[in-house]
Amino acid sequence: MTIGIVVFPGSNCDRDVFWATEGCLGIPSRFLWHESTDLDGLDAVVLPGGFSYGDYLRCGAIARFAPVLSSLLDFVNKGGKVLGICNGFQILTELGLLPGALTRNHKLHFICDTVPLIVSSKRTEWFENYKFGDKLLLPIAHGEGRFQCDEETIKRLEDQDSIAIRYCNNPNGSINDIAGITNEKGNVLGMMPHPERACDELVGGIDGKSILKALIST
Amino acid sequence: MSNFRARINVSLRPSVLDPAGEATKSAAIKLGIKGLTKLRIGKSIDVEIDANNLEEAKQEVEILSERLLANPVIEDWNLEFLPFD
Repeated sequence: MTIGIVVFPGSNCDRDVFWATEGCLGIPSRFLWHESTDLDGLDAVVLPGGFSYGDYLRCGAIARFAPVLSSLLDFVNKGGKVLGICNGFQILTELGLLPGALTRNHKLHFICDTVPLIVSSKRTEWFENYKFGDKLLLPIAHGEGRFQCDEETIKRLEDQDSIAIRYCNNPNGSINDIAGITNEKGNVLGMMPHPERACDELVGGIDGKSILKALIST
Repeated sequence: MSNFRARINVSLRPSVLDPAGEATKSAAIKLGIKGLTKLRIGKSIDVEIDANNLEEAKQEVEILSERLLANPVIEDWNLEFLPFD
């Protein structure tokens, strides 16, 4: 069981994820440089937070063309698990692995806070250790986290039970309070909150542990 | 082969909230601009491209706009070809 953590130029949560997965949870982890295409032997891949390629053009727009992501499409099709956190979530929408887009927060502020969230779907393994309606506290840190999509897409997400977590007090104006969604198959999760920053009581909580553990659950 | 010059204008779709535009509009009103009813911010991208003819150049720039410069989920774009100065 090994997970890969993609490192783009401008990623800044890659080491935090490593600290959480290997350090706190004991899951063997290795970094994947954005130019590598070899995902052999990996059970899951994490796209970490940060500002890949300086967030030029749009968040995630340039990362989408990184060589490592062409391999990721095959990996997902074969059932591999992918977790996109913050900038990673933005990249997954640009890549088309998840629908919608992440746009500028409605009040323009970069929000750095710890916020309450509610588990709104138990359909996938990511939240199998939670009960529907469970609350969790996770840090957020983003300027462009307002989830946006057309009416048809939001209806499909709701009907498919693909909205994994919602904000209790919507901080950024996301449609339907969305903080994280999964694909239909359930092996791809994108979320704006940072589970890797909530894996040790010493840094303020452990509500992110169960989500990261799901990277290697079968 | 000739060189063509194009400008791509990318704007948020009308249904998408533009908080930066709203903030700028409120500053414009503070500046004393009268009668301002709408302000939306987009971006403009200039490219120069070699192609056999205008049609070929247009085809390439359309692919570029649709697949990279704009995100069709939230943005519209339009394209104009410009003369060289």
